[in-house]
Formats: sequence, structure tokens, C-alpha cells
Amino acid sequence: MVATSHDVMLDIELYQPTDEANALALAGSLGKDGWLLGGGQDTYGWLKDRNKTASAMIELTQIDAWKGIKETSDGIEIGAVTTLTEISKNPLVKEKFALLAKAAGIVASPQIRNVGTLAGNLVQDARCWYYRRGLDCYRAGGNICYADSPEGLNREHAIFGASRCVAVSPSDTAPTLVALDATMVVTSEKGQRLVPAQDFFVGPAVNITSMTALEEGEILTAVRIPNTWANAEFYFEKVADRNVWDFALVSIAAAIKVSNGVITDSRIACGAVECVPRRLDDVENALKGQPRSEALAEQVAEIASRGAQPLNYNHFKIPLVENLVKRAVRG
Amino acid sequence: MSTHIGFDFTPPDVPGKVTGEIKYAEDYRREGMVFARLLTSPLPSGRVVGIDASEALRMDGVLGIFTADDLPPVAPPGNPALASEYVTYVGQPILAVAAISEEIAESAIEKIRIDFERRPFVVDPIESLSPGGANAYPEGNVLVRTEEEGPEGAPIRGAEIRDVKWPRSAIDALKSGKEPVGGEFTTEWAFGDVDAGFAEAAAIVEEPFVTIGYPHHSLESRTCMAYWENGKCFFHGSSQSQSANDNGLARMLNIDPADLVFINEATGGGFGSKIGPYPFMAISGNFAKVLNRPLQLRITREQEFYIGSARSGMQGWIKMGVKADGKVSAVDLVIVNDGGMTGGGSHNSSAQHVTVAYQPENMRFRGITVYTNTTPRGAQRGPGQNEMAAVLAPIADKAAKAIGMDRVAFRRVNAIDSDGFQGGSQAPVTSAFVREALDQGMRTFGWNEKQALAKQNGSKVRGLGVGIGFHGAGGRGYDGLVRIGTDGKLYIHSGVGNLGTYSYAGTCRAAAEALQMPWDRCEILRGRTDNNLPHSSGQGGSNTIFTHTRTNWVAAQDAITKLKEIAAQDLGGNANDYEIGDERVFASADPSKGLSYAQAAARAIELGGKYSGQEYPDDINPITQRSVQALAGSGLIGVAKDNIPGQGTPPGILVGFCEIELDKDTGKVEILDYTAVADCGTVVHPKNFDNAMRGGAVWGFGMAGLERHVYDPQNGLPANTGIYQSKPPTYLDVNVNTKMGAVNIPDPQNPTGGRGIGEPTQGAAAAAYASAISDALDGHLFNTAPTTTDMIINHLAGNDYSTKSLKTNTF
Repeated sequence: MVATSHDVMLDIELYQPTDEANALALAGSLGKDGWLLGGGQDTYGWLKDRNKTASAMIELTQIDAWKGIKETSDGIEIGAVTTLTEISKNPLVKEKFALLAKAAGIVASPQIRNVGTLAGNLVQDARCWYYRRGLDCYRAGGNICYADSPEGLNREHAIFGASRCVAVSPSDTAPTLVALDATMVVTSEKGQRLVPAQDFFVGPAVNITSMTALEEGEILTAVRIPNTWANAEFYFEKVADRNVWDFALVSIAAAIKVSNGVITDSRIACGAVECVPRRLDDVENALKGQPRSEALAEQVAEIASRGAQPLNYNHFKIPLVENLVKRAVRG
Repeated sequence: MSTHIGFDFTPPDVPGKVTGEIKYAEDYRREGMVFARLLTSPLPSGRVVGIDASEALRMDGVLGIFTADDLPPVAPPGNPALASEYVTYVGQPILAVAAISEEIAESAIEKIRIDFERRPFVVDPIESLSPGGANAYPEGNVLVRTEEEGPEGAPIRGAEIRDVKWPRSAIDALKSGKEPVGGEFTTEWAFGDVDAGFAEAAAIVEEPFVTIGYPHHSLESRTCMAYWENGKCFFHGSSQSQSANDNGLARMLNIDPADLVFINEATGGGFGSKIGPYPFMAISGNFAKVLNRPLQLRITREQEFYIGSARSGMQGWIKMGVKADGKVSAVDLVIVNDGGMTGGGSHNSSAQHVTVAYQPENMRFRGITVYTNTTPRGAQRGPGQNEMAAVLAPIADKAAKAIGMDRVAFRRVNAIDSDGFQGGSQAPVTSAFVREALDQGMRTFGWNEKQALAKQNGSKVRGLGVGIGFHGAGGRGYDGLVRIGTDGKLYIHSGVGNLGTYSYAGTCRAAAEALQMPWDRCEILRGRTDNNLPHSSGQGGSNTIFTHTRTNWVAAQDAITKLKEIAAQDLGGNANDYEIGDERVFASADPSKGLSYAQAAARAIELGGKYSGQEYPDDINPITQRSVQALAGSGLIGVAKDNIPGQGTPPGILVGFCEIELDKDTGKVEILDYTAVADCGTVVHPKNFDNAMRGGAVWGFGMAGLERHVYDPQNGLPANTGIYQSKPPTYLDVNVNTKMGAVNIPDPQNPTGGRGIGEPTQGAAAAAYASAISDALDGHLFNTAPTTTDMIINHLAGNDYSTKSLKTNTF
């Protein structure tokens, strides 16, 4: 049975560490019971609805070491709790990685971007409305998917890579970080591990209850973007119902290197079509060494949607993916 | 010459709204106040078999529970404050728990165990009408009259819920855009000879259509707080109206209206969902009485979705015949309304829109409202009219195209004028100047010039649209009450609610105008019953400007009469020898001979009787009588019922022109230009008019392109309980620059010339937007409101997955 409306949080212990060591210690000791809090835009809906809860919350936004954007020897590093507004306006990001600046600047609404963090945008949970409603679906530990059923209302769900769950990656910045070949800095009491962006996001076949590779006690503390794709030709577009608030129906992030009119290399990822940002490897391969042209755009678009398995209400995502690939290739 | 009407001013509550100082119902606290929370139904349909609240009641801080047994029974399809035996939608309140804190009350809710028996449910009216379809109520799915229908607008009397099913052939016909022959209806009317009208048509268009019922999502949820003192109930609520609530709310609380103090200084939106007292007010008031403590029942955003009402959706079919000269010769219209769990279908108003917008020579209408296990439905900004405008505009465009006529010219040929009619009874209107509005709008928008612009620009294609919105916009017979104090100030008592439109203040300007009072010497008394308010209309139906400029005008006229009579008594001659000006009443022949308003007020008190409210007209409402009695002896009282002669519906009509750019790659629509011209008589308050025009337009774009109401057919759960899921447009989704104008021809039946315009502002924009999308896509008809991004992409890709079968309450 579905929970009734609450809109009142349970009592939760609040920890507000101001240094890394304390935060990591808390995350380690509290484990599953310690809810990591960034800007709160994913958190509070769950907690107020009481569809998920925790006994303690660890607020990460007071740790200066995990904030800000700095240049490194081979790129930039962005603290995980840096706000989306700051990223979208940062001169360094705009100069080198305008792809990310654009995506960060189009997340949700200005107010949400002012408090929402990069980490929050990346690790936010699935937005499938059945799951958020508190139903006992696969992702919630049950044994059914309400969206992937004959009568499921699945307009916003996956056309690729479903495995019991058909939720999609809702993040606007995630496809850009895949396209920019970013590395996630994952930290715990045990130390640090570096995870390529493409491997950071996991689909339901790997883990149906989590959308990232984060383990218990681990915190995403920074994102590193190498100079490899700095100042490439970028294309980002998010198609959503409204220009504010809404998650993407489909988004595309492309980094393309062009020399004398010929595409020498590219990395392209789509959002909101699969549970993870969908890397378009076949499209990238088809582009390599080809003159950038309208004909090429038309030619590769169809490759992007190969293998798509639409549900009742999301067939539109197939032409939309194809059209966005065309636009990205045209530039 | 006008001094107030037609000029901008700052309504007195604006500074408080800007600074945050103004209080809404939820802001009030009272010593000893306790908190109630609702337990709502998790099921779309079922029977409550048992409630076990024992564990909750044993919790520290829990004060008690309140159930349907504590309130008078409500027979289906009424909207009970608390469900008794049957629950009929997810989110329906079943009981309330009170505690010393919200947290304790909410935790207590979790301890209550309810045993349900599940029942079949349905979320699509056509599914319910289909053979074997489920019924929303155990008794059936349709309210059928058992007595003859009264006059238009009369409440339903003698009706019962029955199980109505259509033959499969009728269901299939409707879904495929054909007349559903054999289908049963509960409302039918016709005028003229429809068959003959089609016979003389040069072109006939025939289309199905579907519109979704949008939730209101008023920003201020309907939180209430009540307390009792000395036998009186002080009730803080959130309503569109003020004194129109008094009698109904008093009945809910089982008290004499004289013992009710209803307090509602400001309201954060209602849009039709808070016109009168709503059932849930009964919980706060009566639970507070039981506990003998001030009690607040806060309604959450999600609960506001559940109990805050929604527009009724439509599934329908229309056939329109057009003569070679453009005149609409015949219309045949069928509408199945989604009534949710309370009815509230507005199909007759939808049909009324057709009559006003196109003045058909012959017309037949058949309608039926079907209950579904979805939220209660009710009035929402132009209920019936606006959603009809949204789907009808492209269909009318198709008819115009079929006879080779420009779309604006087509509307001009069929435009209503002052001799025109509205509704199935072809009733008169007070005045109408739609041709003038179309001409003005066409010029301002540059309709002809824009037609000549290039249509395609890369993946983007330009579309131009035109639409008409209509709503009845005025009432008669309410009371006005003003008082001139011994300080010489004019106190205007208004029972009009402050729903955020500022019409409460604009209408008061009529009294200031009549009495020639500077605005800074006027004070509006409103917002709580003990401010001694007159009987006013409910703030629904765009009526306030027409209705209450008249009431304030007649009250001021009564005051003027009394001023002149007092002057004549004191200074000689008769009343006709005197006139007013500069806050004085003086002899026309010798302006130095006169009394100031302050002196006249002092004399009124000395004279007593009718002059200071000890006596009053027989025909004023008891609510006004009580207020006059309370004010008696405090100044010169002007009080009167609006008996201004006249007949007909004052129409609020709007024409909208929209220019869009549609991206064929993404399905996204950008609004480039929107121009609207209102036919609303004299514009009383230009700034307020402009705000209404813009706000309505934004919502209209939402209706036609974005907003939704989604129910899962598997489990009856709604998908859009929050605002972000319902997708109303934001300021970044609409064009900032709009051009808003008015014909500004006074209505002859209002001394100030004004008529209302609030509601049709939405319909005209929705219609113009839909018309523009169709134009951009070479006349393609989606026949849906909203027409969303995915539908456009599917159309362009040759898919039809999202738009088939007239499905409603889906994405």
C-alpha cells in the first residue's frame, strides 16, 4: 500500500562537519544510516514524504576543501559541493569546458542551482515517478516495475539498457562529464579512489538500488576534468517540457575535435535515455575521420538510436535522440 | 469626468505583500493552539472496514481524533470533509488527529491502522462508460436527474447516481472522431434546425478532441485555524470570497452567522477552487470546538492537490458547418466530462463558449459527466469555456481554410455584438464589441504583415494563431455599504474577498468616484466579518468588477442623497438644490452655503434614523443588515441593494493573437509575440487589468502546451501532486513582451462602464497558441490540450503513439 501524504520529516540527527576527516569518519561510522546532504534538492522530497529516511544526516556543504574550482597541472578540479551556479559562471570552466558550464547553468531553476551542488546533481536518485511515490518497485527493493508494464505511464523512461528498472539518469551535468572524460574522486576513511565518469554511473543490471558506484561510507569529493578535451567544439542541448525546473526528456553532450573541417575525435553522451549517461560510441566511430557536414549528420543520426526499445509512451525519444545527434554533428 | 475609474492606484494591501507583513491563514497563532493532521486514503476506491486509533491516542501529546462520525453525513456525490464508509480517490481525507505539535500529530497518523476493502476503480471516463467498465461509486458513474431541470444555473435537485454504459459502437465512434450514436447523455439542448444548417454548409469539419483537467495548485494551500470565544467562532481561512462565505461556513459550524467571525485578509490564489466555503473548513472549526482549543489544520502541497480541486477534463466530438460567406451555419457538439469524484463537469459552459465565439445559426449539444476515482473537480478559471477555446481554435481554423477565408476574417464574420446571444437558451448580453477587438488586435499584432514573413528558418517554423476567450462577467442584486465618518473620511465596507486580483480595491473606487473623494481620504474595511461588511458576491466567474462597482456606486448614491437631504434640512431649500464636491455638500446656487462631509456626518448621527443606520432599506441582505446595525450611529451611512435596471449577461470577451516558432527537431515551441485585446467595457484599474491579462495568458499557454493531470491506470495514483510535476509555465517559458489592450467601450448597464475579464484571458491565449501550433504545422490538428513536446515530435516523426484513443489523465 502506498504511503499517505506526510510533509513532515521524522526527527533526524544532523551532523555538520567542517573538515574532511570528520565528515569521512561520520560517513564511515554511520554507514547506511548516514544520509549525505548537499544542497538538499534530492534529499528533502524523500524525507518529507517519508518514502526514504535515515537516522542521521551529514551535511557536506560546510567543508571548504570540497568547494571551489581550481586549475591543476592537467586540467581543472571542481569540489563536489560547489554550487551549480558557481560552476556555470566560473571563468575557467567557461573558458575551457563550456560544455559543463552550459549544462550546469540549465539545471532545474536559478534558485535550485544556487543551492544545488555538482555532487548532488550527479548522484541524485532516479526520478521515476512510481519510485518517488514510494511504491515497492525493483529499485525500492521490490519485485515489480510499474513503469515497464502494459499500462505504465512511462513517457520519461528509458529506451536503452533497461534491466527490470526503466528509470533514466536525470542529471544534466553527468553526460557532459562523460563527454569530457572526467574522473570522479571518491573518498572514504580507507582512502581515495579515482573512477572514470563513465564507470561512476551504473545501470540496474549492475546495481538496481543505486545509480552510482559509490559504496557505503564513500563520498564523492571532487571531479577532475583533464585538458584532453579543453576548448574542443562543444554542443550541449537539453530538451525538456519547460525551460525551468524540468528534467530532460533527452539531452546531448558532445565534445568534438575538428581539424581542417574533418572530425578527428569525439566523445558524445546522451542523458535521460538510459539509467546511465549513454555514450554514443558507434556514432563517435562513424564520425572519426569524416568531414563535418550535413550529410554526415544525417548519416550518423540513425546509428544513435539503434537498439532502442521504446515503451508505451516514449517512442518520441527515438527521433529526438536522432535529431539531437544531427544538431551536435552540425555544430 | 472620471477621477478614479480608469486610473492606476496602489491597493492598500500591496505594501504588506511586498514586505511580507501581511498575514495569510497559516501565519496566525493563538495561545494554546494545537495542530491537526489529516490521514488520507492510499486507495483510489474502497470501503473503510475498521479504524484502530488506540495506539495513536495513547501517545503523549495526542489530543484526539476527528472522523466523519463527528460531522453531518454527506450523500454521494457530495464532497465530504472526511470520508465515511467509502473512499473514492487517493488522498481523500479519512480522519484528522490533533496533538500539541505537528510532529506528534504526524507520527500519530502513522500509528493508526485502517482496514480497507478494495473496490474496482476507474480513471478514464470513457473507460467507465464502456461496457463492463468500472464505476467510481458503488451506486454507479453518472448523476442522472430524476426531476425536470430548473432554469440555467439552478442547483441540481432530484438526482441520483446511476450506472450508465454506452454501446461499444458509440465508444468506438467517439474514439475515432465520429458521432457516438446510441450514447446516453444527461444534458441536451438545441436551437434552430441543425440538419438544415449542415445542408446549407459549404464545408463541414468533424473532429474529436480531448482536454485534461488541470489541478489548481493555489500557492496558498487551504490551511485553516479556528478558535471559539464567548460562543463565537473566529475562523482564519483561505478563500477567494469574504462575506459570501458567511452563511455556508456558519452552517458547517452549526452556528448562527452572527456568531461567526471569518478572517481572511489575503489569499494566495484560488482560481475557482475557493469561491465558497469548502468542506474541509468543517474539520478545523468543529475539531477546535470539541477540543476547546485553537486548532490549526495545515494543508500540505500534496494535500492541496488532493482536496484543492481540478478542472474537469473533456473527451468530445464536434461537427461544424460553414457557409461560403464564412457564417457558421451549424454545430453539433458532444462532450464527456471527467467529473472526478464530485462531478463538476462544465460541458454546458464549453458549449456556451461555442455559441459566443461563433454565434452559430443552428446548434445541438449533448453532454454527460462521468465520475472517476480522481480528485474532486470544480470551477477553474473559465471552467468549460477556456479548454473548449483551446481545442476549438484550430478546428475553426480548419473550417475557415476549407472555405478559403482568412482566420481573423472568419471570426469577424461570426463575432458576437450587442444584439448577439450566449448559451443554449440564446440569452442576451449587456453589450459586446468583438469586431472592434479583432480589428484593434489585428492592427496591434500586425496580423497581415506577419503573414508575409518567411515561415521556415532552419529547423524552426513560424506559426500565427488567433483565439477568442469568453466568460460571463458580472452579477446583480448585491449590497453596497459606505460610511462617512465625523472625520470626513469615506469608509468603504467591502465584503469582496482578496483573492489576489485587487478587484476588491478597484471596485471601491466607484464609491470614491461617485462621492468625489480623494483616494487618500478613503479607507477600505474588509477582510474580517467584524469589520461590518455588506453582502457581496463570491469572487468567482469574473463578476467582481461589474457586480461591485455597481454596489459601491449605489451605496455612494444613497450617501449623496442623504448628504443633500441633511443640507436641505439645515440650510434650507430641498435636496435637489444641492450638489457635492471637494468633500462638501453645497447649494448649487451659492457654493459657499454648505456642509463639509465631516459636518454632515455629525449631523447624520444627531438625526439618527436612516441617516446613521438606525433604519435601512428592507431589501438588503441580513448580512448587510447586521453590519449596518453594528455601524449605526457612527456616521452617515450609505447603504443600498443594487437594483440598477437591465438584463442580459455582461460578457467578458478577449481576442488573442500569438506568434510562435516551433523547432521541428525538438518539438519545442517559443512564443515570439502575444497580443490581446479585451472587450470588458471601461477598464477600471489599468494596472490590475494588465496583470490579469498577463497572468491569464501565461496560464493559457500552460493549458495549451504544458500542464497535465496524470493518473496511473494500474493503481489509481496521481503523478502530479506537486507543482513541478504539473508543469505550469514559468516566466522563462513565455515571452516577456506582450501587448495588452482594451476596446474600452463602456458597458451601458454599469454606471462605471466596467465588466469583468479575469477568466477569458486564459482561454484566448490558449486558443491563440493552439491555433499558432496548427498553423506552424500546415494545419495539423492535435485536438488535445495540452499539446506537449512529445506529441509534436511524434507527429513530425510519423508516430501516433501518444495521441490516440482520446486517452485522458495520461502523460
